[in-house]
Amino acid sequence: MAYPEVQDKAEDLKPPVIQVGVIGWIRTNLFNGWLSSLLTLVSLYILAKTVPPFFRWAFLDAAWNTAGEACRASQGACWSVVTKNLRFIIFGFYPYHLHWRPLLAMIMLFVLLFLSRERSNWKPWLLYSWLIGLGAMGLLMRGGILGLEPVESSQWGGLPLTLLLSVFGLTAAYPLGVILALGRRSRMPAIRYLCVVYIELIRGVPLISLLFMASIIFPLFLPEGITINKILRAQVAIILFTAAYIAEVVRGGLQAMPKGQYEAAESLGLNYYQTMRLVILPQALKIVIPPTVSILISAFKDTSLVVIIALFDVLKTTQSVLSNPEWMGFSREAYIFLALLYFLGCFSMSNYSRKLEKELSAGEL
Amino acid sequence: MNSKSNNTSELQHDRQAIIQIIDMHKWFGEFHVLKGINLEVQKKERIVICGPSGSGKSTLIRCINRLEEHQRGRIIVDGIELTNNIKNIEKIRAEVGMVFQHFNLFPHLTILENLTLGPIWVRKVPRKEAEETAMYYLEKVHIAEQAHKYPGQLSGGQQQRVAIARSLCMAPKVMLFDEPTSALDPEMIKEVLDVMIELAQEGMTMIVVTHEMGFAKSVAHRVLFMDYGQIVESNTPEEFFANPRHERTKLFLSQILH
Repeated sequence: MAYPEVQDKAEDLKPPVIQVGVIGWIRTNLFNGWLSSLLTLVSLYILAKTVPPFFRWAFLDAAWNTAGEACRASQGACWSVVTKNLRFIIFGFYPYHLHWRPLLAMIMLFVLLFLSRERSNWKPWLLYSWLIGLGAMGLLMRGGILGLEPVESSQWGGLPLTLLLSVFGLTAAYPLGVILALGRRSRMPAIRYLCVVYIELIRGVPLISLLFMASIIFPLFLPEGITINKILRAQVAIILFTAAYIAEVVRGGLQAMPKGQYEAAESLGLNYYQTMRLVILPQALKIVIPPTVSILISAFKDTSLVVIIALFDVLKTTQSVLSNPEWMGFSREAYIFLALLYFLGCFSMSNYSRKLEKELSAGEL
Repeated sequence: MNSKSNNTSELQHDRQAIIQIIDMHKWFGEFHVLKGINLEVQKKERIVICGPSGSGKSTLIRCINRLEEHQRGRIIVDGIELTNNIKNIEKIRAEVGMVFQHFNLFPHLTILENLTLGPIWVRKVPRKEAEETAMYYLEKVHIAEQAHKYPGQLSGGQQQRVAIARSLCMAPKVMLFDEPTSALDPEMIKEVLDVMIELAQEGMTMIVVTHEMGFAKSVAHRVLFMDYGQIVESNTPEEFFANPRHERTKLFLSQILH
């Protein structure tokens, strides 16, 4: 019996036309069976009904920079509520003629954040820039020296306050959370139980009640005459709260590490800290990037809860604008603007995390 | 084998125990894994440990660098007794290289970084020097061209050779191999065994847990057979394979050498 002849190397054929290209894409994604075709048509109908009217309201008929009266007369959106009050929404009760100072501080923050995006920039100079930058930002906000007019922290508000609470909150909560996660897996019972109790206590309490405690109950325990800045108290509450959640996520990552990685590191003679820092944490923290970013994003949004202890973050300043009779009733526009602001913050975080994840897994399988 | 008999005579001259295990016991919970192990390993000696699975052979060599803690008896490595003193344990681990069944390379580091991690952080060798040493050993395990890849991009056999090189970079006095070829595809076993044979020819002290009896015959000075947590038989490979004394050894050999 003769064997069928086998070519040395079978030639590569092109896939059938109907599965590739634009037509192929439309077929597989939009009209793949009758149910999918029906859903596609329904979706198209809904989009046709909603998008054009919204577009007309938001852009064509909109009032962009008018007084409140003119706004009421128009059919479309009244973006004037944002444009006319932008400085109050952004800076709150910070003295009007000094707005350049928080503005400069925010620009410095954004530049630093932007520089920190690239991992190739993670060198000592960046750390020093952050230290100097944070000092300068604090100086700009507070004033009091170098001929800068002092501004009480009770006058701070708006976007700088939100950013302050978030950036410090997240950067301090992350390492604290990692330490708690390591502590919870410690072989020393005292440390382990301390971490368990801390994590469970904090997670068992809503952030709002922590903020209340920080602002109302905590001062009762302080000796007379000593007060701790209200923003600082809120800041600490946010850090403690977020850290407990990060700790549990990181613990999940630590548990996902195979035992062999610990053993390989230990058999080289690395001590506990080296093993954790060089071998275990880089891998474990990478695994938990997605849930960690979820926590950081929700912590960023949760900073708006500081309104309940009468701090004027950017949400509260927006609300205050709406209580002005001239602008009453334009809450839709104001909140859309606010939502965009928060979305920008959250989206850049998740975007960055995806970039980081991709870079860190380069070459690995 | 000529080279081996030379080595054996060399051993006679240089009788000096690098590992001493005296009446060592180990329990996993209630389970008595190791029951009174006595073993002395000379410098440059090569020992192969075989035995059925669950006989405690892996546990035995994992006790030598304290990946497992023994509960009774003494283990002395290079003059240092293994106790709970963590500094001593780290010192011993730096002198004892270990190669695992599943390689356990660090997947987030390149091959080169895998090799330099120990020397840089434990031995405090300058980075440049550590990299030169690493390249030397990669050359030795015939894999230098892969230095800048990640472990996940290498085949199993290549990964295991990297793991051997990683241990060698620490300039260990003893190398422990825990079933180094058991997780490999058949066509990759030889490349790893070849590297181990080269290492043996250079006079490395080795303790190898393996089922590769060909390797045992050609390289070992002594073959140990373990069963139920005890060393049942210990002999030169010639005697061990030709005239096994114990019934259990005979049974095991008949099962393993078809």
